[in-house]
Amino acid sequence: MGKLFSSLFRHPSGRIGLVIIGLYLLAAILGTLGLTPHDPLKLFAIDRLKAPSETYWFGTDLLGRDAFSRLMVGIRQSMLIAFASVAIATVAGTIIGLLSAWWGGIWDGIFMRVMDVLLAFPAILLALLIIAIVGPGTMTSVAAIAIVYTPIFARVVRGPALSLKQRDFVDAARTFGSSQGYVLTRHLLLNLVAPLAVQVTLALAWALLTEAGLSFLGLGTQPPTPSLGLMLAESRNLMTHAPWLMIFPAVTIMLGILGFNLTGDALRDILDPRTQRREA
Amino acid sequence: MSYVAQRLLTFPLILLGVSILVFVAIRLVPGDAITAMLGTEAGLLTPAQREALSVYFGIDQPIWAQYLRWLTGLFQGDLGISSIYGKPVFTVILERFPLTLQLSLMSMVIALSVGVPLGVLAASRNERPSDLVVRVLAMLGQSTPNFVVGILIIYVLSVFFGFVPAMGTFTPLFVDPLASIGQLIFPAITLGFAFAASVTRISRSAMLDVLSDDYVRTARSKGATPMSVIWHHALPNALIPVVTLSGVEFGYLLGGAVIVEQIFALPGLGRLVLDAITQRDYALVQGTVLFIAFNFLVVNLLVDLTYVALDPRIRIGRR
Amino acid sequence: MSGLLSVRDLRVGFGQNPKANEVVKGVSFDLGPGETLGIVGESGSGKSVSALSINRLVDFGGGRITHGSIQLTRSDGTVLDVAKADEKTLLGIRGRDVGMIFQEPMTSLNPVHTVGAQIEEAFRLSKGLTGAQAHRATLDVLGRVRIPDAQSRLGYYPHQLSGGMRQRIMIAMALAASPRLLIADEPTTALDVTVQAQIMALLAELREETGMAMIFITHDIGLVAGIADRIMVMQNGFAVEQGETDGVLDNPQHEYTKHLLRAVPHFTSGKAVRDDGRRAEPQEPIVKVDNLVVRFPVGKAWFKPKGAIHAVDGVSFDLVPGETLAIVGESGCGKSTTARALLGLNSKTRGEIFTEAGRSVRPVQMVFQDPFASLNPRLNVEALLAEPALANGQRRDDALRERMTFLLDRVGLPQDALTRYPHQFSGGQRQRLCIARALMLNPDVVVLDEAVSALDVSVQAKVLELLVDLQAEFGLAYLFISHDMAVVERIAHRIAVMFAGQIVEMGEARAVLSDPQHSYTKRLIAAVPAIERRKQRFAVDMTQVPSLVRPPGFEPPPAQWREAGDDHRVRVEDTP
Repeated sequence: MGKLFSSLFRHPSGRIGLVIIGLYLLAAILGTLGLTPHDPLKLFAIDRLKAPSETYWFGTDLLGRDAFSRLMVGIRQSMLIAFASVAIATVAGTIIGLLSAWWGGIWDGIFMRVMDVLLAFPAILLALLIIAIVGPGTMTSVAAIAIVYTPIFARVVRGPALSLKQRDFVDAARTFGSSQGYVLTRHLLLNLVAPLAVQVTLALAWALLTEAGLSFLGLGTQPPTPSLGLMLAESRNLMTHAPWLMIFPAVTIMLGILGFNLTGDALRDILDPRTQRREA
Repeated sequence: MSYVAQRLLTFPLILLGVSILVFVAIRLVPGDAITAMLGTEAGLLTPAQREALSVYFGIDQPIWAQYLRWLTGLFQGDLGISSIYGKPVFTVILERFPLTLQLSLMSMVIALSVGVPLGVLAASRNERPSDLVVRVLAMLGQSTPNFVVGILIIYVLSVFFGFVPAMGTFTPLFVDPLASIGQLIFPAITLGFAFAASVTRISRSAMLDVLSDDYVRTARSKGATPMSVIWHHALPNALIPVVTLSGVEFGYLLGGAVIVEQIFALPGLGRLVLDAITQRDYALVQGTVLFIAFNFLVVNLLVDLTYVALDPRIRIGRR
Repeated sequence: MSGLLSVRDLRVGFGQNPKANEVVKGVSFDLGPGETLGIVGESGSGKSVSALSINRLVDFGGGRITHGSIQLTRSDGTVLDVAKADEKTLLGIRGRDVGMIFQEPMTSLNPVHTVGAQIEEAFRLSKGLTGAQAHRATLDVLGRVRIPDAQSRLGYYPHQLSGGMRQRIMIAMALAASPRLLIADEPTTALDVTVQAQIMALLAELREETGMAMIFITHDIGLVAGIADRIMVMQNGFAVEQGETDGVLDNPQHEYTKHLLRAVPHFTSGKAVRDDGRRAEPQEPIVKVDNLVVRFPVGKAWFKPKGAIHAVDGVSFDLVPGETLAIVGESGCGKSTTARALLGLNSKTRGEIFTEAGRSVRPVQMVFQDPFASLNPRLNVEALLAEPALANGQRRDDALRERMTFLLDRVGLPQDALTRYPHQFSGGQRQRLCIARALMLNPDVVVLDEAVSALDVSVQAKVLELLVDLQAEFGLAYLFISHDMAVVERIAHRIAVMFAGQIVEMGEARAVLSDPQHSYTKRLIAAVPAIERRKQRFAVDMTQVPSLVRPPGFEPPPAQWREAGDDHRVRVEDTP
């Protein structure tokens, strides 16, 4: 684990990615603990639509709220939703993909058909469908993203699991009479950590993107809790008068996604034997 | 059983699964079914009217009977009536579909015609400055959500060019091709932007993999020119993963259309879904989601068939 | 210097700082027109890199020539220093003056182009032929490499052809240019022994016809003995010895050459077999296989399979304690399938396998071919060795640790190996780990499925020694699967020869090797490259391996055997 972090840090993209993620996590923690420059919900009616200054680092919005503090809480929301939904999707998807590959036969067919049905929907559409049923909100966003991403994890795990199943060391385990549980965990799962790690990071990037998109449409985290997408949406009408209200949320969203993408890329480079061969 | 036959057989199965999922999803909406179908007007009904409507809609039947009834209706093109528009859902969908289709296709064309050459170029100049520039740009592009791109485009256009892209109306392609394309060019760039970045990265990495394959070394040992090595020997092999991944990403385009149509106020299918959801028009939600999913599945099937055409190992088994 | 090629003090390095990472450290040799030079070495010797430098293909793999010259005399008489030539000039010699064939014919041909198109391209590039001319030339060269039914093969894709055929296609492509020099980089390593013999015969014949010079790279010193005029032995980037073939082989000067010649198993037609065979004393067999049949349904119809691959079609043998039975055959003959069925890894379609309940719950254990693939890279040695014991009820206690350290010591590995991971060991060490692991449960029988085939020659010899020692110490019975007759000669007491899923000859090792009866056994033995027989010409023989796919319900005719000695039976063949 520690070795992984240090090699990530040495990788140029990895370093940038880790720094960004670190900063965002910091912002999220501070936001949760209420350690923001101003109260994100407080209306400073006198200072409405002020440009960035010493008091209000990123300016204020139409209702006089401090943009920087709201951004910090917005980051908290995004990270929370992203991590929660990806965690659920990872666990569910890995179990389904692993068992599907291991049992094979009719179970594999059934599981994969069900996954195919879920994958038949463009991701945002599926999320919208779920939101249509349950109504918008933070919890719904988590559920929607988790449901959308589970089949992707299942697919990502199933492929390598199938080829691992054919490997000699799995055969060897069968000749010893090792239990299925042992084979699944020590032999298969341990060797799946590499592709999973890459996919988790990329999933986090995608989750951030989708969460921002959903809240942009007004279907994600509901006001008054700040969310990055909603802040961006609200800035549209005021674009010409108060461009800072648009630029900062936009950059924040982009940077967050970039951070995870860079880290995922770096992980892929480090863990993929083929890339290593290419460089050699 | 051949690859093609397998794909063709599972297609209707998945379609069936999709229809069941959508049907069940709509039935899960809290509240009673009549309100779901009629919206707020349901509050004006008398109990007698409610009863009559229950029978009419077949809500008193068991769920599987309702499903079968709905399914047969589907085959006849009956997707119910939209409460917002007061017209058959199918009609509304067909009115809005051409715009979304054109938008998606334009985005695809933009993304592929920019992405593939850039990716190939970057791979052939691996480790040199131009490669790095392309990689950085592609990474930035892929990390930019389409709504950010859209808003930025509108901002730049309005502030620096004093120009607002036409919104709200749409001239179909066959009426006036030039105007039609012109109206959709900025939304198409918005939608295709991240896709182009993605295609660039995939093309580059596929090319790099292929360029280190043994048969490329053989081509070089025969004295093939560098151009020939890239375009004649490597690219046909590298296209295979590009095509497969493009099919998957096309779903992203369809989903992204929802947001882009919202930003540019285009009367397309994506915006229709959104309106249907926010205004609780469940018949419309059901119909549009089903329609879009169907299209996506068809595109995936086409992509898989293209894959067969590209790779002789799938096309012809071992003799 | 009227030679064709003159290499002086060649140094080649890789990576960011090539001068610091040299793989070839100063190699010099000469080659005259029509001469064949064999470059012999184990992995890491730099032999392939040296060859790839002659047409500067190393450049594309990240290599750089850091020093030295490569003087090539071109067809127009001019002399070019390849080491300093620019890319444009190099394009002029590749595929024209210098042709090349590679080790892996499957991956060396473009999967999306037909073989006809690829050969026609070679003609276009080297001689400017197009259209009908190129087509005719392609048909012609296919005939020269003895591909039957050439017209219809043109439209085939590489994956539709066998390994031997693919290699012929590669040779055809290289011939298209009528090169003055052909570089062959381990061209037969990936091929079966009889196919290898065919390709070697073909190359020898083509060399006579065209008068081209050849550089033949291999790790098998026996193979190159038959085709090379001169031999150069490489070790760690240096050319440690070179000279006329007979001189180097009969009178080696350098230590490493001597070591190589000693380590390479020489095939002596039965003269060097073991004589500690146990069959003399009557014993109960520890393993008895009776009429084993393993079939795999083929053809992916939904309910009815279109046929079956008859991988193993009626195999019977037995094993007594302390004895080694070798099953020899080429790829697809069913030897591995038989081994796996013995261990329960494949389900058998029919037949009986009796294993005496011996010293442990699991009397049969296996050592696999690929030492990389048979050890889980994420577990350390302690976990790897403990697994079989833990799976059978033992606890992680001191007794277990003791057994692990005991076995590690017996296979020649240090105690601190327990905390290390597989990737920290070499191929030979990993294979020793696998052997130790197989012995954890104190088995009676160990199945060795091509267990030494992936190892370098000198490492191979040591591991074989170890196996023989262990057999004596623990009274193990071995089922030794291999395609390499020379290795088998060293370790087997008894031999069974398999072909197309059936045993065609079986008996005492000395008898089978010195007096083969079945036509396939004879062909197999004739194909083994041996230093002692280097003067023998390879006969060009085009027999193909039969397909193992049969329609459902097909049953082969019952086996008929004849005795050819005390412990020597041969399957009766159908007279053609």
